[in-house]
Amino acid sequence: MSAIQIMFWVLTVIALGSALMVLLSKNPVHSVLWLIAVFFAISGHYILLNAQFLAIVNLIVYAGAIMVLFLFVIMLMNLNKESEPPKNVWMKLAGVIAAGWFLSVLSFLINQAPELHNRTVQLKDGNIGLIENLGKVLFTSYLLPFEISSVLFLSAMVGAVVIGKKD
Amino acid sequence: MPIQYYLYLSLALFSIGIAGVLTRRNAIIIFMSVEIMLNAVNLLLVAFSKMHYAKDVISNSASMVGTDGQLFVFFIMVVAAAEVSVGLAIIVMMFRNTHSVDVNFLNRLKN
Repeated sequence: MSAIQIMFWVLTVIALGSALMVLLSKNPVHSVLWLIAVFFAISGHYILLNAQFLAIVNLIVYAGAIMVLFLFVIMLMNLNKESEPPKNVWMKLAGVIAAGWFLSVLSFLINQAPELHNRTVQLKDGNIGLIENLGKVLFTSYLLPFEISSVLFLSAMVGAVVIGKKD
Repeated sequence: MPIQYYLYLSLALFSIGIAGVLTRRNAIIIFMSVEIMLNAVNLLLVAFSKMHYAKDVISNSASMVGTDGQLFVFFIMVVAAAEVSVGLAIIVMMFRNTHSVDVNFLNRLKN
């Protein structure tokens, strides 16, 4: 087993374990911290795939901005106590069974799909994930979506202020 | 690394997100589960982009196949950031009205 495979498995275990802990933690603040661990593991996967731009953007946007926003809201509402009333155990069981059923059906499909046989993902090499190549494509063929996303941000900003202000 | 490994990893992460949405009642935890699902899809898009690149780069060493997939991930992150800002504002408004973030108290939209 090469070093890259070992890193893949370590990152996979961290990502899945932390994602489970997000659900199992009673305290919402602990959930946020576990979610940051998930994002770091996924950024590690991006680095392993040599998608360096996305790895950094994932860290800055998700682990940096979005999670700080979550933490702010949780602390603002003083939710950092374990106050969730127990849910009906049958509802929980039904949710877990539904998710497990989805998992088993789709893993069966992945197992069967002929298009995916003998296809490999290139790790560590390849320069399409570098910011130079992505930037060239982003500012030529994807220029219009890029500019429209600024309008989206503006409307999101206005919407957040309008919804969040005291009426 | 075979593509199947990445597919199973993303599928497992997505299923964990689904289980979170279905089992938890705290609106913020549900929101975080949605973020896990978004990230599972992002990881899969990057893995597929590198899969197509790996096939194309054999015949053409200056290949740019696969940049589209990574730019889609970039745009998904842009949309997720906007979505989180509006969603958290809605949760704050909801908490101000009902003094709770329990989604079971939200089964009616009026009061």
